[in-house]
Amino acid sequence: MKVVAASDSSVLVTLGAEVSLESHQRVMQFFHAAQQLNDRRIRNIHLAYTSMLIDFDPLRLTYAQAIRLAKKIATAKTPSRRMRRDARVVTIPVCYDAEFAPDLADVSAHAKLPPDEVIRLHSSAMYVAYFLGFQPGFAYLGGLPDALHIPRLATPRKHVAAGSVAIGGGHAGVYPADSPGGWRLIGRTALRMFDASAASPARIAPGDRVQFRPIDRTEFERLRTSRADSAR
Amino acid sequence: MTIHVKNPGMLTTVQDLGRYGYAHLGVSAGGAADAIALRIANRLVGNAENAAALEMTLLGATLEFHEPRIVALAGGECDCRVGTDSVPMWEAVAMRAGDVISCGPVTTGARVYMTVRGGFVVPQMLGSASTNLNGRFGGFEGRALMKGDALRVRRPSRDAAVANRERNPHAVELVERFYPRQPLRVTRGVQADWFAADTFERFLSARYQVGDDSNRSGLRLKGEPLTPSENRQLITEGVALGAVQVPADGQPMILCVDQQTTGGYPKIANVIAADIHRVGQLRPRDDVRFEEVTIAEAVRLLREQEKWFSRMLRSRGGNMRR
Repeated sequence: MKVVAASDSSVLVTLGAEVSLESHQRVMQFFHAAQQLNDRRIRNIHLAYTSMLIDFDPLRLTYAQAIRLAKKIATAKTPSRRMRRDARVVTIPVCYDAEFAPDLADVSAHAKLPPDEVIRLHSSAMYVAYFLGFQPGFAYLGGLPDALHIPRLATPRKHVAAGSVAIGGGHAGVYPADSPGGWRLIGRTALRMFDASAASPARIAPGDRVQFRPIDRTEFERLRTSRADSAR
Repeated sequence: MTIHVKNPGMLTTVQDLGRYGYAHLGVSAGGAADAIALRIANRLVGNAENAAALEMTLLGATLEFHEPRIVALAGGECDCRVGTDSVPMWEAVAMRAGDVISCGPVTTGARVYMTVRGGFVVPQMLGSASTNLNGRFGGFEGRALMKGDALRVRRPSRDAAVANRERNPHAVELVERFYPRQPLRVTRGVQADWFAADTFERFLSARYQVGDDSNRSGLRLKGEPLTPSENRQLITEGVALGAVQVPADGQPMILCVDQQTTGGYPKIANVIAADIHRVGQLRPRDDVRFEEVTIAEAVRLLREQEKWFSRMLRSRGGNMRR
């Protein structure tokens, strides 16, 4: 473990040298231990692949205390068991219709695989949500089959619709809200990915296992309608 | 109990002091880009410092009051008027039923805050009234105000005392203290040692200009390009408010309140907590310079600022609180 000051109000705790499941598990273990501490001087924890930024109130916690706190968290034992028990599998139904998949042809050409095979590969993998970033509820999903690794768009789109299912680099993801975006769009889900009024706002939480399930347009519309109803 | 939006200005949102505890879900703290101005404006009308207020950007809003209210304006310099009467900033001001306040262009700084005694009422989302524009939630329906919106205001717990319309005698001192024309103080960034010593020196001696494409998420600077001494790839990591990132084009970027929670660019420096509100007042084409301090010095400056803040509020006494 390496702890360095990132600012006068934060420390960066690094728990691995490369992106891997092992590093991710160490990060999650540390994160759960930190959350259990429930220390109000800690304001925010920004998770990432191999590290996390702990943002604290500098009027209530000194840098030296923050480092001691990090070491205390690192030695906490209980959360690893708790984490294993908590690992959920979240299934995201995806409609891969052409209208929702403007980049499927490019991905198919890049992978030298027919579109159906791209869909099969994308929806048969088991992903892990390394962390959430970019925008509220956006999970960086590891475990994309090697054949589907593809560079991001050279010029990001100015507008990507909420629910867009995308791949970029070696990752998969789902855009929770309308936003700009540089990943390749290959489908769409009707599920709401982030709901600030819900008890668990993010459909995919850090550490979750994630699967994509292909659905047809009829089921997509049914899901979209039932979501609109439940929102009223 | 409403205030009507006759004209929303350029970008007016409901903000408080931010949303904490959800960064692991990709939700940055957000809140007022200039938290000092928001806190002062709330104290001026007798609110808690964290009460929801309006943040107006570059061009202010026009608002109609349907009942008497005490308001305060703080932050960037802005010509605000009721009819032909000029409304002083940094002062509690009484609005009468039917008054229409027009806030014009922000002439110095970027953002003006308007508080109202009692506070604006919006649903608390994830523990905050702040508008999260990227996630489209919080504040007023998760968006910037639009013409025709009706803002609800909480009835104050006590009858509002008559506010004076005289200029706050401390306003000049207050602006000088909190908005000095001096470099932004920074501590060394996590990847500062990726840059050669002379590159870091150039960063500190250079003058940058705020780019037009700056917003609540970040400020793009134009000027002396910075290049890491070796071509290394950073594994995306958590980034702090005020981080000065250096993307591939070498033009630094300062992360502001609606920042992304993680980033993949090396960080050469980080603006200190005591100066972060001044980042929120930088407008396109403003000049920016940086000055390095240690973390210990940064914390000392923050404590000093907080001490001054409470002293100033005490010295204003009843006049300030009512």
